[in-house]
Amino acid sequence: MARTAVPGRLTNRASWRVARLVDRRQETETAATLVLEVPDWPGHQPGQHVDLRLTAEDGYQAARSYSISAPVDGDRVEVTIQRVPDGEVSPYLLDVFAVGDPVELRGPIGGYFVWRVTDTAPVLLVGGGSGIAPLMAMIRARGMAGSRVPFRLIYSVRTGRDVYFADELRRRARDDHGLDVTYLYTREVPEGSAATPHRIGVADLNTHGWPPELEPACYVCGPTGFVERVADILVALGDDTRRIRTERFGPTGG
Amino acid sequence: MGIVSPGFQGRRRPSGPALPPGQYLTEDFPVLSAGPTPRVPLSDWEFVITTETGAEYRWTWDEMWSLPTETPTVDIHCVTHWSKLNTRWEGVSLDTLLDGIDTAASYALAHSYGGYTTNLPLDDLRGGRAWIVHRYEGTALPPEHGGPARLLVPHLYFWKSAKWVRGIRLGLTDEPGFWETAGYHDYGDPWREQRYQGD
Amino acid sequence: MTEPDPGQPGMDHLDGNMLAGPLAEVFAVDLTTATGRCASCGRTGPVAGLRVYAHAPGVVARCPACEAVMLRLVRTPTNAWLDLRGAAYLRVPMPAEPLMAPGLAPPVM
Repeated sequence: MARTAVPGRLTNRASWRVARLVDRRQETETAATLVLEVPDWPGHQPGQHVDLRLTAEDGYQAARSYSISAPVDGDRVEVTIQRVPDGEVSPYLLDVFAVGDPVELRGPIGGYFVWRVTDTAPVLLVGGGSGIAPLMAMIRARGMAGSRVPFRLIYSVRTGRDVYFADELRRRARDDHGLDVTYLYTREVPEGSAATPHRIGVADLNTHGWPPELEPACYVCGPTGFVERVADILVALGDDTRRIRTERFGPTGG
Repeated sequence: MGIVSPGFQGRRRPSGPALPPGQYLTEDFPVLSAGPTPRVPLSDWEFVITTETGAEYRWTWDEMWSLPTETPTVDIHCVTHWSKLNTRWEGVSLDTLLDGIDTAASYALAHSYGGYTTNLPLDDLRGGRAWIVHRYEGTALPPEHGGPARLLVPHLYFWKSAKWVRGIRLGLTDEPGFWETAGYHDYGDPWREQRYQGD
Repeated sequence: MTEPDPGQPGMDHLDGNMLAGPLAEVFAVDLTTATGRCASCGRTGPVAGLRVYAHAPGVVARCPACEAVMLRLVRTPTNAWLDLRGAAYLRVPMPAEPLMAPGLAPPVM
């Protein structure tokens, strides 16, 4: 059962601890899920993230934040990582970091962009590219809890080959009652699809989202430009800004 | 220091004798920003030096670039640990702009479109060590690097080289700027590694 | 999340969500769930909804309405410098606590 950090564990949330890679799953050509074992993991809420920190032999450090893509499972924490061409950290984590290797981890972090299994409002998830990761944690937590809260996912990708968790999403869209999944393609649609490639727009959110009268909880995650666009459209459609939670993926220092 | 990640190097290159302590060499030109990039039409652009008595000296874009320019080639050092060597700029020396300005001030506070500020001693703007630059590597300075014009004071950490510079206020006392009020050094000499207050 | 996205010039900010890690070093509560009021324009909203510029010598969080700086955090090797002058207040959700008669509160130590 997910839970937030309790007072006695606050120092753990803020301090770095050593995790180890126990498994790796390729999601697309350029993305993989890393399964980390984190001793005494205090649990997390779907939507939270962790910081990972790498240290070179001369002491140089680089840290990045990654969304957790799966619900609580004992000491196991899954993060799904997209390769950033010429990136400093993601190529290491995807190509060099091997099963058994240690990495420093801090978290769980962030209490705002979270969905709790006790929440009852209908949910709209809008993910762009790798922004699906924290939304997938919510979908999986919903399934695990047997929640009947209606979920709609709008997932924008470049091509069909860029869909993360493709098989699982197909299965869940069939088996998880009350979960609807819509794919949008920005570059190239899969063969046999009647859709045309386009950037997400008013019609997509109008057709595949919820009417604002239902007061849905909206979670929008992706690159900054995508998030801005979706949040602007949701507001224009009448959604209350207080019910729109966003998570932008972009540059940080570290 | 944390546990070592086997095989992790980071993007940096080894530092060499030409670099200040704690710096590594970069070939690209990282863009750091503390806010949205201001877009300043050249027709509205102006540069103003304000003295401690309130006297103002103004230049429009055309007036500024009718002054004689210099083409310094300099090394730049960012407090976030990257250094870039042999960068080529074109601009007007602060010696030219300060010439004929009557002031008893010891300090300068550069201020920018977008609200950024940074402080430094007035003497560090003199002696052929500081410029208002509008061209980088032979082309117009791009907005993300401070265009249309930025301050260039390469002997100090690069946060002192205010992007989108709009003016300089001269004063009798040192008034800390944007990063200097949040823990960064008032002077910022990279060779003495003056990154933070107290360094 | 988080490495530079070279294809998005001008789209270089993140959400206040990312402040949670750095602020957790300083505060025992998660300040990203707090509501903040912009001292400049008066807008109120969650800290998690601020626009955060992190590719800088420190972390700068701005009001999403007027872009005024509401929070700055610089982490030096030995200190955290936190400037909140741009926030008129932060309202932090707290767990309910039994009411206590004035004067009976335990000493804070």
